[in-house]
Amino acid sequence: MEGKEIICVSCPIGCRMTIQSKDGKITSIIGNACPKGIKYAEEEFINPLRILPTTVKVIGGELPLVSVKTEKAIPKRLLLKAMVEIAEIEVKAPVKIGQVIKDNLMGTGVSLVATRNIKRVDSNLRS
Amino acid sequence: MKLEYDLVIIGGGPAGLAVALEARRNTVKDILLLERDKYLGGILPQCIHNGFGLQYFKEELTGPEYAQRFIDQLNHDNSNKVDIKTETMVIKVTSDKRIVAINRDDGLLHIQAKAVVLAMGCRERTREAIAIPGNRPAGIFTAGTAQRYINIEGYIPGREVVVLGSGDIGMIMARRMTLEGARVKAVLEIMPFSTGLIRNKVQCLDDFNIPLKFNHTITRIEGRKRVERVTVAQVDKNLQAIPGTEEEISCDTILLSVGLIPENELTGEAGIELDPVTRGAIVNENRETEIEGIFACGNVLHVHDLADFVTEEGEIVGRAVGEYLKKNRKFRPQSIKIVPGDNIAYVVPQHIDFIVPGRRKIKIFMRVKKPAERVRITFKNDKGEILASYKKAIVTPGEMVSVYLPEVLLEDRLKNITVSTEEETKE
Repeated sequence: MEGKEIICVSCPIGCRMTIQSKDGKITSIIGNACPKGIKYAEEEFINPLRILPTTVKVIGGELPLVSVKTEKAIPKRLLLKAMVEIAEIEVKAPVKIGQVIKDNLMGTGVSLVATRNIKRVDSNLRS
Repeated sequence: MKLEYDLVIIGGGPAGLAVALEARRNTVKDILLLERDKYLGGILPQCIHNGFGLQYFKEELTGPEYAQRFIDQLNHDNSNKVDIKTETMVIKVTSDKRIVAINRDDGLLHIQAKAVVLAMGCRERTREAIAIPGNRPAGIFTAGTAQRYINIEGYIPGREVVVLGSGDIGMIMARRMTLEGARVKAVLEIMPFSTGLIRNKVQCLDDFNIPLKFNHTITRIEGRKRVERVTVAQVDKNLQAIPGTEEEISCDTILLSVGLIPENELTGEAGIELDPVTRGAIVNENRETEIEGIFACGNVLHVHDLADFVTEEGEIVGRAVGEYLKKNRKFRPQSIKIVPGDNIAYVVPQHIDFIVPGRRKIKIFMRVKKPAERVRITFKNDKGEILASYKKAIVTPGEMVSVYLPEVLLEDRLKNITVSTEEETKE
């Protein structure tokens, strides 16, 4: 039997829940004040997912970077690896909000998309 | 250039954008929006993290996406265009609603408005505001400044980081710097509880094993040219460092997330009275200041937890401006003051002035002083009789509390309503 503590983020109460498991299967969840906690604890235990917001280098844009995000949440354990891969990406201005910057990031099936518009400027000088 | 407007909005962040859109929906025709930055959206474009819009749009967006929704709406309806001037700094607002502004194209502008909305937002408290002893090396940033460097300008402010304060921006920047390869050694919080949202504690700190130390603060900053190390210590109940608990942490960067201050210089100069706790204007339920026709909303009025709540407040003002310009308002025989009572730090609005046909309830926003569980929020009249009370499972200073005050309780002779938290009596 193994115990793992998870804090629920469904509401401001922030229940501290303890999940007992055996061979990767949940045997009990205690400490939740409402059913939302159970659902959250299960998701967090089995496969915690996070949206990854970051930035990508822009060539010829009014700003040197464009903000991006994974269109859907990806496994939490891939976040730092994904950052290494995203660091290699460059995109040419103009960039449109919602534009796919990289599809199937790290084989997750999830795209990296732009979250703002970046206009093209002719020189690299920024006023 | 046109120099007379029905409505002039100062600030193009989430508050100002919401006011412009909602005022236009409420038949306000002649609107000018003034923004000092190059782009609309205020602080949102640098808040690249997700978590925006869950309340307002019922979907999860990042800051820049949230801002763009409103900017697109502004540009969408060409039949009733809102005039927008960016890179324009307002330097004065007078009590008779004249606005002095400057920009590079027009020079000095004197604009006359029928209604003015103050939507200038807030700024971060700095090291000076909390007076940490020690050297004065480079490497000390407010969390928001670091956020701008990383997310907009493309610079990493440092490699080994200590964050002072567990406000939301501090926690978000702890994650952001970690993702970009920096090492965040600790987040220090002088209080015994976090001042930010739980979600941020879990997803920004716990996810990356960043330690959050409650009852801790920086007592000394050392470094010749650049920050080299900090001394941190545990504090007692009076927030004083406990001798013998000091510990040194080597770092090259300190991020401060030690609170936000509404940016109210213009408001004060216009002669508008400020609430000493919110440090924003004192307003009625329309978010109208003590000068008729000058309104305030968003973080310039009181610091909000979520941009969604700022939008909601901007919309209240947008509607109120419509009513004001139509002269379609009826005052109560006397204003009702909403007074903060036990464990309530502040209340917004601070008074209720109008009789509004068909209105059934008024949403009252408040922040508590200390966390408490299983409480009731009570509204009491001058005699101490409970008018209404609401159960809350938990209240914390980090999360704004809102409750509805039913209109039927607002009798003509009512002068004060005191709002308190009370421990729930066992039934």
